[in-house]
Amino acid sequence: MADSLVEIRWHGRGGQGTVTAAKVFADACLSGGRYTQAFPEYGPERAGAPLKAYNRIGSKQLRLHCPVTKPNIVSVVDATLLDAIDITDGAPDDASFIINTSKEPKEIRAKIKAKSTQKVFTIDATTISVDTIGRVMPNTPMVGALTKVSGLLSLEHVLEDMTKSFGKKFSQKIIDGNIQAVTRGFGEVKEG
Amino acid sequence: MGKKIGITGNEAIANAMRIANPDVCGAFPITPATEIMQRFCTFVSNGEVKTETVLAESEHSAMSACIGASAAGGRVATATAAQGLALMWEMLFIASGLRLPIVMGVANRALSAPLNIHGDHSDGMGARDCGWIHLYCEDAQEGYDNMLQAFRIGEHKDLRLPVMVGIDGFITSHSIQTAEYLDDDVARKFVGEYQQTLPALLDIKNPVSMGALILTDYYHEYRKAHEQVMMRVFKVVEDIGKEFEKISGRPYGLFESYRLEDAEVAIVVMSSAAGTTKEVVDEYRAKGIKAGLLKPRLYRPFPYTQIAEALKHVKAIAVLDRADCWGGSYGPLFTDITGALYGLDKKPVLINKIYGLGGRDYMPDQAEYTFNELIDLAKGGKVKAVKEYIGVRE
Amino acid sequence: MKLKTWKELPAGAVITEPGSARNFKTGSWRSYRPRWIEENCIQCLFCWVYCPDMSIVTKEGKMTGIDYDFCKGCGICALECPGKKGQKALVMEEEGK
Repeated sequence: MADSLVEIRWHGRGGQGTVTAAKVFADACLSGGRYTQAFPEYGPERAGAPLKAYNRIGSKQLRLHCPVTKPNIVSVVDATLLDAIDITDGAPDDASFIINTSKEPKEIRAKIKAKSTQKVFTIDATTISVDTIGRVMPNTPMVGALTKVSGLLSLEHVLEDMTKSFGKKFSQKIIDGNIQAVTRGFGEVKEG
Repeated sequence: MGKKIGITGNEAIANAMRIANPDVCGAFPITPATEIMQRFCTFVSNGEVKTETVLAESEHSAMSACIGASAAGGRVATATAAQGLALMWEMLFIASGLRLPIVMGVANRALSAPLNIHGDHSDGMGARDCGWIHLYCEDAQEGYDNMLQAFRIGEHKDLRLPVMVGIDGFITSHSIQTAEYLDDDVARKFVGEYQQTLPALLDIKNPVSMGALILTDYYHEYRKAHEQVMMRVFKVVEDIGKEFEKISGRPYGLFESYRLEDAEVAIVVMSSAAGTTKEVVDEYRAKGIKAGLLKPRLYRPFPYTQIAEALKHVKAIAVLDRADCWGGSYGPLFTDITGALYGLDKKPVLINKIYGLGGRDYMPDQAEYTFNELIDLAKGGKVKAVKEYIGVRE
Repeated sequence: MKLKTWKELPAGAVITEPGSARNFKTGSWRSYRPRWIEENCIQCLFCWVYCPDMSIVTKEGKMTGIDYDFCKGCGICALECPGKKGQKALVMEEEGK
């Protein structure tokens, strides 16, 4: 593996499982000798408050112990944040944005004023989570969408890893719902 | 060799405690160290360790319970942070003065007021002269490794001293990072069974009294003796570090030198900020600038001679402190480094930066700013201010 | 007594000799000394019970004298002594007279 470092910034609201999504993704990326980091920006932990979380995925030992300021991928779990904060802040020209919304990528591209070299993806993670898990847990389909966009690992691998770590704590019904949520997130993410 | 896993610094510390299987843990929860004991108590509940946990009503009581248990003759560990460590302060001296090898994980955190739960070194620095051994960790991996070694160091027959192992609050304690555990049996063999090499209260065949009143006729001698036993720590830490390298492949000494051998400018910084700084060292090296780093690992006792030897050739050095000594002019690490270099005929130019208080992010640009100043000083530029707060709104 | 140097001290200031308080004769602290008047003693052993320094010497359950190596002259024994017909069996006298 060539030296590589992928930095991801998550935007969500307290209670949406954004931090958990970052952790699940980091765990799945561990295979193949990769190094990972997953950490939130800790603040007053209130449900609904905007929060950020970060991932670093690299081929070498990760020595940076500071927030990601130039994210290669920005994952937005709650689209209402687009009106509150600039989610493109610091993103380089080749960055990708993944937004949880029922809107089309083109509309979002215009809204966030993405550069033409930057990629914009959308995924209706909220609807998918209600369909599959039975409640609003957009973080799970977002992991699927991120898997697809990042190209860091296969869908099968993420599902396998999730089954393994969820297996100890949850019923088969919940695991199945989550597997479906990730699979649909992976399959339904749209670029535009 | 173990498998790579994603763990938090707190998990790393708790897992090393699981390996050591202490007889007693007296503890009281405090952010960001709570998770250490929370995780450890899961091991207790699951029967993975045989530890008696004493959930005390304060950190003062928690440390008192640890002192009692250690004096009784058992292996003892605990964890705390910030105000908790401050509340223990009185008892820290008793633990070290009685030569009790208690091992304590500390998720280093700012001190109140203003109330703040985030990472800085004010708590550890406040306890730096309590007669304990201090080890500081860059990441979760070092948290696990140092915590394992701490039992060996503190319980060593030549020392019998308490040890605190610091990880940066939240930055390390709560971040998930890639690390590697040793196989449990390898780690257990390394830590070994607890050996009581000094008299213990529960050794009923050899009754002893502890905590006797020592007045003007002997107190001074006991303090000199403590100063001397602290001087024996260096060799023990180095020996155990070498032994640990054999089973882990990860070297541990008194401090880490990074690209320092031929460095003309260098930053001295502890814990997680050292990792971020190394990235900047590489960046400057790539530009042809001879930049380096020294990361103290053993902070107390402070390896003055060895550090002076490692830094003496550097032209300009910045010491970064994540704590300040108000009214004491400079940061605590800076005064240690200046003390170490005082005996040199030709001294490097030294500056002090105070960074990252209360969890303020330490970003690569702060290291760059500092190196740029050092480059100017190395060329003969004038020191504008010996001490400066960086990353602060002016 | 020759005091030890810092090199000779036990780690942690631990006292390893049980009952070593016996080595320190505290009787010299006394400015008043109790005197036992045997003919007034009813062997109630109140003095033995009350003495804070275990300085009442007994033999086969009977008071036989005072251990002046450790008696600090507090006078509790004399205070508590009921005596015989109003005559105390323990009386305090100035030391050195």
